[in-house]
Amino acid sequence: MVHELYEETIIDHSKRPRNCHPMDDANHRAEGYNPLCGDKLKLYLRMEGDIVKDVSFVGSGCAISTASASLMTESLRGKTRAEALALLDRFHDLLTTDSPVTKDLGKLVVFCGVRDYPARVKCATLAWHTLKSALTDESADPVVSTE
Amino acid sequence: MSTQIGEIQAAFDVERVRADFPVLKQTVHGKPLVYLDSAATAQKPACVVEAIRHFHEVDCANIHRGVHELSQRSTASYEEARAKVKRFLNSRSKNELIFVRGATEGINLVSSSWGRKNVREGDEIVVSAMEHHSNIVPWQMLCEEKGARLRVIPMDDRGELLLDEYRKLLNPRTRMVAVTHVSNALGTVNPVRQIVDMAHKAGALALIDGAQAAPHMKVDVQALDADFYAFSGHKVCGPTGIGILYGRARLLNAMPPYQGGGDMIRTVTFEKTTYNDLPYKFEAGTPNIAGGIGLGAALDYVTNIGLDKIAAYEHDLLLYGARKLTEIPGLRLIGTASEKAAVLSFVMEGIHPHDIGTVLDRQGIAVRTGHHCAQPVMDRFHIPATTRASLAFYNTVGEIDALAAGLNKVKEIFS
Repeated sequence: MVHELYEETIIDHSKRPRNCHPMDDANHRAEGYNPLCGDKLKLYLRMEGDIVKDVSFVGSGCAISTASASLMTESLRGKTRAEALALLDRFHDLLTTDSPVTKDLGKLVVFCGVRDYPARVKCATLAWHTLKSALTDESADPVVSTE
Repeated sequence: MSTQIGEIQAAFDVERVRADFPVLKQTVHGKPLVYLDSAATAQKPACVVEAIRHFHEVDCANIHRGVHELSQRSTASYEEARAKVKRFLNSRSKNELIFVRGATEGINLVSSSWGRKNVREGDEIVVSAMEHHSNIVPWQMLCEEKGARLRVIPMDDRGELLLDEYRKLLNPRTRMVAVTHVSNALGTVNPVRQIVDMAHKAGALALIDGAQAAPHMKVDVQALDADFYAFSGHKVCGPTGIGILYGRARLLNAMPPYQGGGDMIRTVTFEKTTYNDLPYKFEAGTPNIAGGIGLGAALDYVTNIGLDKIAAYEHDLLLYGARKLTEIPGLRLIGTASEKAAVLSFVMEGIHPHDIGTVLDRQGIAVRTGHHCAQPVMDRFHIPATTRASLAFYNTVGEIDALAAGLNKVKEIFS
């Protein structure tokens, strides 16, 4: 059922996205773009050493991509760069493999329904691809595309 | 009122038409398929599938070459398909009809062949604000190569071209006006005869992108006075990978070949090659023979139903659909031109088209969501995307009701 995709938490975060604002003192930024549906996202990170101190985003997109960005920002604070990237991998597995390891994913497990909607995996991963770009590319303001 | 359900159903035997389309008989996610994406590609009647099967099982051979029976049969079928296109478009001659892969290739043929020869630095090409990317990018590439300038006819909030602004764009440097007959994203039917006349008066040529028009209305290239007219077979119930470029013989004769290869030559030596006559000069290599034959069958099919009947029925469906959809609070139609083909493009307050598309899909309803390869149109209306239900003559009033019910369900989920 389609209600399994649009789970309550997802609807909530798509309507009231958390950490949805620009960040003046960000020291890492990246932009994500999904040309298929026109979703656009700007991600702001404030890193202190290896630790994600603060994270926020602005953008426009579908319910899945907005909720995914919102929940991602909630789950990143205090994580090291390596932990954040490991979380990305586990999140990706959640969306694409039949028996994902849900340990440590916390609230992010609400996206497990996306697995049954292959056309929507890109929506759910846009924020995460953008995160990877922000964390790994030292050049200023890279733009990533999920196409 | 012409949009009363009973009258719509009485005027057109849609159930009889639907019986011709095997694909429509299926369920999707446990619900009867409601296919509302015909502007992307139209479904194929059994006779088209059969014509392609017959070619492959009975007549299959290369064309224009063999003396053997099968080659003669396949050549005859392929050229008969061209004759069907001639009747469909009312061109003066079969020689003015070039088989291409689709409207996109037809436009690229003109921009490459005619454009390279005739467009110079400082010249201008005019397109409109509602073009599909396929009628923007080839011209942009040409302009970039030649140092020419691309000018754009603006449109109003209803999605109608501003002809006074168009008039101001025309000048002695204008070489080509390339405009769509019907907008794929908005459904607007443009006054192409007038647009062509204005181009001619300015000394420019006119190319019409007929991809969205050919399936829905009678097209007469002589009455339109177009210099070039392109359409895709798959949107007229034919197979993919085949389409038509119509061009005036005088212009086509003066143009260099588009691609080199077999079939497009008369004689070849290592010193010099002479080219074949029209239309073969532009048809290098073994063409999509099965596709051409399938297109011929598709044109027979829609012609037998009658393009006028199709247009009238689809117009009734459009009016019914527009009324039904605008009853939904928060829904706004994008594209409300007075002359419209059966396209219902819309946005819903606070709900992204992609989410709408997914929820509808789970109810068996196929719509298109996104920018519809017309990003400048989305920018013009300050939206990232729309949901588009595009209708064909095999759609029913009941399917529009299903769409409306589906959209109410969307609202339920996202309220």
